Amino acid sequence: MTENRELELYFHIPFCVRKCLYCDFLSGPAEPGTRRQYMEALMGEVRKKAEDCREDTVVSAFLGGGTPSLADPDQIERLLEAVHGHYRVAPDAEITIEVNPGTADREKLKAYQKAGINRLSIGLQSADDEELAALGRIHTWRQFLDIYREAREAGFVNINVDVMSALPGQSLESCLKTLEKVLDLEPAPEHISAYSLILEEGTPFFEMASAGELQLPDEELDRLMYRETGRMLGEAGYRRYEISNYAREGHECRHNKGYWTRKNYLGFGLGAASLYNNMRYKNTGSMTEYLRDPLGSREEMQRLSREEQMEEFMFLGLRLTEGVSLERFRRVFGVALEEIYGPAVERSVKDGLLYRYSRPAKNGKEDMLALTELGLDVSNYCLARFLL
Amino acid sequence: MAADQSRIRNFCIVAHIDHGKSTLADRIIEKTGLLTSREMQDQVLDNMDLERERGITIKAQAVRTVYKARDGKEYIFNLIDTPGHVDFNYEVSRSLAACDGAVLVVDAAQGIEAQTLANVYLALDHNLDVFPVINKIDLPSADPQRVIEEIEDVIGIEAHDAPLISAKNGINIEEVLEQIVAKIPAPGGDPGNPLQALIFDSIYDSYKGVIIFCRVMEGTVKKGTRIRMMATKAEEEVVEVGYFGAGRFLPCEELSAGMVGYITASIKNVKDTAVGDTVTDADRPCREPLPGYKRVQSMVYCGMYPADGAKYPDLRDALEKLKLNDASLNYEPETSAALGFGFRCGFLGLLHLEIIQERLEREYNLDLVTTAPGVVYKVYRTDGEVLELTNPSNLPDPSTIEHMEEPVVSAEIMVASEYIGSIMELCQERRGRYLGMEYIEGTRALLKYELPLNEIIYDFFDALKSRSRGYASFDYDIKGYEPAKLVKLDILINREEVDALSFIVHADSAYERGRKMCEKLKDEIPRHLFEIPIQAAVGGKIIARETVKAMRKDVLAKCYGGDITRKKKLLEKQKEGKKRMRQIGNVEIPQKAFMSVLKLDDRK
Repeated sequence: MTENRELELYFHIPFCVRKCLYCDFLSGPAEPGTRRQYMEALMGEVRKKAEDCREDTVVSAFLGGGTPSLADPDQIERLLEAVHGHYRVAPDAEITIEVNPGTADREKLKAYQKAGINRLSIGLQSADDEELAALGRIHTWRQFLDIYREAREAGFVNINVDVMSALPGQSLESCLKTLEKVLDLEPAPEHISAYSLILEEGTPFFEMASAGELQLPDEELDRLMYRETGRMLGEAGYRRYEISNYAREGHECRHNKGYWTRKNYLGFGLGAASLYNNMRYKNTGSMTEYLRDPLGSREEMQRLSREEQMEEFMFLGLRLTEGVSLERFRRVFGVALEEIYGPAVERSVKDGLLYRYSRPAKNGKEDMLALTELGLDVSNYCLARFLL
Repeated sequence: MAADQSRIRNFCIVAHIDHGKSTLADRIIEKTGLLTSREMQDQVLDNMDLERERGITIKAQAVRTVYKARDGKEYIFNLIDTPGHVDFNYEVSRSLAACDGAVLVVDAAQGIEAQTLANVYLALDHNLDVFPVINKIDLPSADPQRVIEEIEDVIGIEAHDAPLISAKNGINIEEVLEQIVAKIPAPGGDPGNPLQALIFDSIYDSYKGVIIFCRVMEGTVKKGTRIRMMATKAEEEVVEVGYFGAGRFLPCEELSAGMVGYITASIKNVKDTAVGDTVTDADRPCREPLPGYKRVQSMVYCGMYPADGAKYPDLRDALEKLKLNDASLNYEPETSAALGFGFRCGFLGLLHLEIIQERLEREYNLDLVTTAPGVVYKVYRTDGEVLELTNPSNLPDPSTIEHMEEPVVSAEIMVASEYIGSIMELCQERRGRYLGMEYIEGTRALLKYELPLNEIIYDFFDALKSRSRGYASFDYDIKGYEPAKLVKLDILINREEVDALSFIVHADSAYERGRKMCEKLKDEIPRHLFEIPIQAAVGGKIIARETVKAMRKDVLAKCYGGDITRKKKLLEKQKEGKKRMRQIGNVEIPQKAFMSVLKLDDRK
């Protein structure tokens, strides 16, 4: 039930200088030797998986982590060469790499350009050095400024900056100060991801919070920060297109949107997840196993039933502020959305969590269903209703 | 051999909890060789799963084994197990009445503890010969000599030749068996007299009907005897008699005076075979029943509702089946605005309630919502009518009530001297009336109190244990009804009264209980999209309030492609949680909130 043969690629680079205190991603420090070995294995996986994707066109690729900018630039180049060599890549494909300001430099950025990377995602999180230190980040605001300038000089015209709110000890003023500083950049970033901090089990922050050692903003302040963030970014010409993502017109992250519209994507590397023709699976999270056999380590293989596809259509699609299209639902599943989810939709509309609207489309108009402002704040509460 | 009374020993084992009663029972059964080791389940006597998990014995059971003693003769041992909780005190007393002696197990390290005394005195009250056994002598901290002296000093029974054993490791079990032969008297009674047998338990079997567990005191019973239960007046012809092999019934010719065994007689309901009743021969009845029979009454009531309303018939069927086996369980249908169709059920006490609840959930796979347990109140109305109130929401308009009465118990609490103060304080808090105190051995005291039953059903036992570090034992008898200033406490959630949360409370503690109840519910009720006031009210007047704040944030801010399975799990968990909720108005209340009134005491 895939609508087209567009394909997205995700590459997981699980290395970092040291783990941030809030991070629960699969990553950690590693020796240069291991890193090289890993990149080789990754390329092996890229080559092998290509055999099944002859018909597909890669429309986006994303190098995430960990800290991909920690890898040798020539390894990144070789990786992308392998991609171009083995896959049909659309000429306008969006190719992003995550950059930690503490690990990049002019040379690396140039190498990325050369390799065909056309989008950077820079992890800033905060413009306040004290807040950065409290998060366990390895860089300062100054270092970020340098990298940002160098990136522009190197010719990157599509840049995302990650910022976080609801940090320990953060005030509303300091939260907005970070945004102000980011918006004052010349030129300002095309895309801003604004997350509010979530404590994940197993992270040092979680432990610290449980022990009462973290002074976190209360829920009221958290929401206030979030609303103010939305307001400020809106005024500056950014549109919120996903729960935590804002972009200038035409600069939404295509790769990110692909997840929510259930495009096929292949994940490469440690613990990377894939969705391909309604089959979800994950690579192993064990480095030893992955290095031994990158392809033989698929886990949690799951063929999605029609019901599960519907569920995903809803709870993923609704993360986008434009919501889900009733027409598209009917096209994909051959049944009206209301027929499956009538009561859940009614209740959610009544509760002020969802709203209906129409937007112009090729043949007239398209009926949409989307989360309201309140719905976005309590999306889990609402989305749980769409499990069958 | 069956008729040779001199070769029969009817006994029980008494002990403080965890001193090794069940383990010793297992060893006795093993050593007497009636079972092969392969047949041995770990604890043969406790054959309900539930009992094994809780480590307590719920229903009295019995086992018959054959022991070839050092004198070369074979003896029949009837080991009768006794329940170990105050809810079942009456059953315990009937089991003891079926014995001629008791083996007292004392932990070689811990020595005498509260229940040791309570159990010994209970056994001595029934004129049983008691001999001690020192268990766990292989523990590093064992001090058998001290424990022997303690037994002789405190209890006043001879202990210098007590077997020093380890039931767990099978050390010296033989010595226990020999002393059972030597120290426990053979039963008396004349097989030729009119039949007089004590019922100490009965169970329902779908093939045989009711199986009566009994001790024959006088006379003989066999197939064809027309028996009569003297209290319930039920009469049937005996189909089969027999005795208790471990885990199975072994039919025999007859049971005569001094023997312990079972009788089946196509009886359909255990109601007809009440524990403590006397079985006699309808054609040649004994002159009077055995002493000590009491009609068992439900002391504690609560509402039980299926979590899923459609399961109501299943709950009804399950209760019907449990009732076949448990005469002390009562139930009748009722309807709650909040919980729908269910039953008001009566129990002996809180443990009994919990056991039934767990059996319904486990054996019958039912998901239950249980309301706060309460006692039976008597409501005297101005028009002279007296109402027995088992459900607080049925309390009539206060203007039509002349006065109300609550059940009161006479309680005896045995406690080590250093804890007298804190136990008296506890009784005071529970509206106890002090009657007196006796010192025993200078280190212990027996406190006598009258206490309202509704003050002790919830957690009194726990509070007693924690405030005395386990050095208190507690026994009570229902004394009767007394007038009390009682009020109905109502709970309003989002301004709607929730009938299933109402309860009766003494007027003086209404405010305190109301406040705690609101606090508790505030923690139990999840946030909604709107603010939810939780209020406690007496007679329409609000006496306490808490607020569940509106939900502001419930979002997975950062979510990558790889997190989708995880995200779905999160949503599934949320959805699963909803299933265990009750919709009241537009508020979803978790089912366990209805029991939360139980856990209000934090004063321990």
